[in-house]
This record gives sequence, C-alpha cells and structure tokens, in this order.
Amino acid sequence: MNILRKKSTANLPFSETAIELFIRLCGISSILFVFGIFFFVFREGAGFLFSGLDVKEFLTSVEWQPTSLNNKRYGAFALIVGTFSVTVLAMCIAVPFGLGAAIFVSEFCSPRLRETFKIIIELLAAIPSVVWGFIGLTLMNQLIITVFNAPIGLTMLNGGIMLALMSVPIIVSIAEDALKAVPDSYREAAVALGATRWQVVYRVLLPAAKNGLLAAVLLGAARSIGETMAVLMATGHSVNIPSGPLSWIRTLTATIAAELGEVARGGEHYQVLFIIGILLFTITFIVNLIADLVIKGIRQE
Amino acid sequence: MHTDIQISPQEMFTETAISRQKRRTENVMRIFLLVITSMMIIPLLLIIGYLLYKALPVLSVEFLFTNPKDNMRAGGLWAPFLGTIYLVVVSLLVSAPIGVFAAVYLNEYARENWFTRITNLAVVNLAGVPSIVHALFGVGAFVLFAGLGESILAASLTLAIMTLPVIIASTTEALKAVPMSFREACWNLGATRWQTIRRIVLPNSISGILTGVILQVSRAAGETAPIMFTGAVFYKAIAEGNLFAYNITEQCMALSLHLFTISTQVPDVTDGIPYGTAVVLVATVLLVNAASIALRVYLRTRKKW
Repeated sequence: MNILRKKSTANLPFSETAIELFIRLCGISSILFVFGIFFFVFREGAGFLFSGLDVKEFLTSVEWQPTSLNNKRYGAFALIVGTFSVTVLAMCIAVPFGLGAAIFVSEFCSPRLRETFKIIIELLAAIPSVVWGFIGLTLMNQLIITVFNAPIGLTMLNGGIMLALMSVPIIVSIAEDALKAVPDSYREAAVALGATRWQVVYRVLLPAAKNGLLAAVLLGAARSIGETMAVLMATGHSVNIPSGPLSWIRTLTATIAAELGEVARGGEHYQVLFIIGILLFTITFIVNLIADLVIKGIRQE
Repeated sequence: MHTDIQISPQEMFTETAISRQKRRTENVMRIFLLVITSMMIIPLLLIIGYLLYKALPVLSVEFLFTNPKDNMRAGGLWAPFLGTIYLVVVSLLVSAPIGVFAAVYLNEYARENWFTRITNLAVVNLAGVPSIVHALFGVGAFVLFAGLGESILAASLTLAIMTLPVIIASTTEALKAVPMSFREACWNLGATRWQTIRRIVLPNSISGILTGVILQVSRAAGETAPIMFTGAVFYKAIAEGNLFAYNITEQCMALSLHLFTISTQVPDVTDGIPYGTAVVLVATVLLVNAASIALRVYLRTRKKW
C-alpha cells in the first residue's frame, strides 16, 4: 500500500483532500475518545481527589458511608475487595470451561460442529448484561436458596456464575485465535513422532500458545471487573468483606450505577463516584495493556 | 548382521500397554472436552426456555404496543421499546460512519509505525473500558460539558462511542478480505487512493461491513449502564402508535433500563411482565445477531475470490 505514498497530493481536487482529511480524523478518533474518557471523568472527580479526599482512607477503609449526616466516610476497600473476589470466582468457573471449549473447537472438532459451537458462543455473548442480572435475580437466586439452603441467593456465588457466563465467550474466542496461531508444522512434527491428539494439545500446543491463553484469561477478567448491571442485580449489593462464596458483596461498578442517580451534582459524594470511575478505568486500562503486550509478544516471535 | 530379537506378528499388531493407555487418555479427553463445550448450550437454552415459559401469559402483540400503566405495575412496553429504537438508530448514525472510516484509515492509509500501533491500542482499550465508565464520560462530556442535558442525543452519543470498536473490528476484517491485487489494478489505471476505496474496496466489502453494523445494533440495544444517567429515564408516557413520539433532545425510556427498574425498583409488578420484558429484549438482540450470522454465512457461500 506504499506504492502511492510518494505521489503528490497537490493536484487532487478539493473534495478528495477533504474526504482524506475526514478519514484521517476518524482514524485517530479512537485515541481522542480514550483520552476524552479519561479527561472528562477526571475533570468531574479531580476537585475532590486533590483537596479533601483522604486517598489512604479511600483505598484501605471499609467504611463506605457517603450519605451519613455527621460522619461521611469514603472508604472503598470493601468495594475493591468485592470487585476482585467476584472476578476471581468468575474466572475460577470460566477459565476451565473457556479454555476447554477453545481446545475442543480448535483441535478436536469437525468443521461443521465448529461452526455450530461458534454460533452458540456468539449468541451467548450477545445476551445483554441486564438480562444476566435478571436471571441472577430470579432463576439463580431460587437455585442457590434451594441447593445451599441459604437465606438469600443474591450472593457472590450468584454474581460469579453470571460473570463467568458472560466472560466465557471472550475467553473462548481469544484462546481459539491463540491456538490457531500455532504453526501447523508443530502439530505435524508431533503427530509424526506418534503423539495422539491430546498429547499434541497437552505437550505442544498449550506450551506454544500459553501467552495467547494468558491474554484470553486477562481479557475475560477485564470484562468481569468492568461489568455493571449483572453484579448490581445478582450480588446482594451490600458493603461487606466476603467470607465465602455465599456472602454478599458490592462492587465498584455497581456502586456507581446505584448511587450516581441520587447524588447532588458537584458534591463530594458525586465526585467520589467519578474517582471510583478513574480507578476502574485505570485498572481495566492496565489489564488490557498487559494483555495487548502479551499478544504482541507472540506475534514478534 | 543378524539380530536376536524376534517379534512375532501377533505382538506386532496387538496393542502394547502404553499405546492402550494413550488411546484411553485420548478418548477420555475428547469426551470430556466435548461435554464441557456442549455445556455452553445449556445456559442459552435454559435462559430462553425459562424466560419464555414465565412470560407466556403476558406475551401478545398488544403487550408491545401499549404503554406501561399503573406505575409500571401493568401494561405493555411501547414507550421503552420505541425508546430503544431511537437510541439505537441515533447511535448507529454516529458510530457507523466514524467506525467504517476509522477502519478504512487503519487498513488503507496508516503505515506500520508507532502511531498506528497506538491507534490500534486505543481501539482495543476503548473496547475494554467498563460500560459504567462510559456512562461517567457521557455525563461529563455530553450531558454537562456539551450542554446536551439528559437526552436521547447524549445517551446515543455515549452508546456510539462505546460500540465504535465493534464496527472498527469487523470493518477491518472485511477490508482485509479484499485482495490486494484489486487495489493494485485500480491504481494502475490511474485512480487516486480515495477513488480506489470508493469504487473497489468499499463495494467489495460492503456486506462484511454490514455484519459489523448489525452487531453494533445488537450491542447498543442491550446496554443499560451507559444510558442510565445520560438520557434514559425510569418512566415517561408517550403517544401509543406514534413512531415520532420522542424528541431527541428529550429523555426516553429504554427496554434494558425498564427491565432493571421493574425487576428491582418497583414492588408488586404483575407476575409475567418482567419476564415478558426480558423476552422482548433477548429476542430483539438475538434476532439481530442471527441476522448478522446468517448474512456472514451467506457471504461465505458466494465469495467470488
């Protein structure tokens, strides 16, 4: 595509120059939007972040009392723990299923079955998060109450299962790409040595694709961390350091969603919610960046 | 030289212990993985079946075309359904051109350098930003800074930016599928770069681009968090049967938010209604997705090169 690079653009008609400018502008729009997101979220929360908010308390205290009349506390530690614990639980469920399905779809499947499974996974990915939340609220709630004899089924376990179902499709599709990226010569060499298909997977493909599989898990985790509606509806939504899968929790995302509608614009509480937004943005940005570097690392090999 | 080792034909063709074990492991793993993969279908079927079963008493054409009544405890889905259509259409009008041209830039114009790498990284990260952070951005940028207030416009713009990566990713894939020789032939005839894109590249990838646009519709229709504080409202009565009942500078109801509201905030809702709302939402999203998949499969069968 570089053949035309040196051609002078001086004799192009104006309309063409204009459209090229527009295309270039659209091209860099993603960069503008990412910076814009950070800028505008930061702008709303910056005032309180730099004057007034006790950052140490924000990150380590479990006292989240933003609406208290005489003792306002903005400790987000329980929310951070809630977010990470439900994500870890979701990954414990989603990773075996996601990687297993990716291995099956890419190595053991006939082409026809593969198409069918991929369509199912695509449809699974399409179900909106509020519907997962609703399922958590109704079906899974009943199920957990019955199975574990728990007083209430809106727990970390419930949210974890919903998040797992939501992140499995991402894990499958990225892990499958990673397995596909392993050159066929590796497989052929292993088969020539008498390896069965499972031995090829276990001894050759998994070690060769481990970076891509790691990226798949990271992106699945990033999705779980950022998910809002499902955890808002399914986890019980009360500030609590969880003691097990059956205790209720509250996450960073759900806190913003539940409280932003009720706060006075520009007030401390309002700004704290934007600071939580900055925290979330930073966490997911870092996780995505690591995943991207891991993937790029494979390509350079 | 003569070897002393004698292998009888029988030994040669019977399984040794090690190959038997190999075969067993192979079969066990194959079945195990098949079971794991097949289990993906269970939640999908379960959800559709369960929701449909519970929603059956309320589902009717009338359900779709009447407003929610009695403080949202009864009635239908007209206002939220129309609101979702407005949000999707307006966000599509914004994100489709930007997304398609962004992909054209990345695929046809951008060189292999650090700037392009950063642009690609930005697309990946834009896709990874949590939906609630998009909501905060929408509040900060569109509702407050741009002065749009809480309106369909502000909510749609937020949705548009959020779903941009979907369109960019699928358009890039569609553009990559156009063979390089097509472009070269066109350049050799003296066409400029834009002429080549307009006459050769875009017409040859239009259906692939379309599948991405359809996917964007499905994504935008299901999102809740980004519209909660930027334009979607808990309740708003509009004229039934009038497709132009909303004004884009005002707020609207939306299916996804309506499902959240009636299942968590409103007590004593008539039994089937939340399920009916969920069914309509899931059906909308899945049908749109199925259309995209069908288009893709159809394209593959009649690929010309």
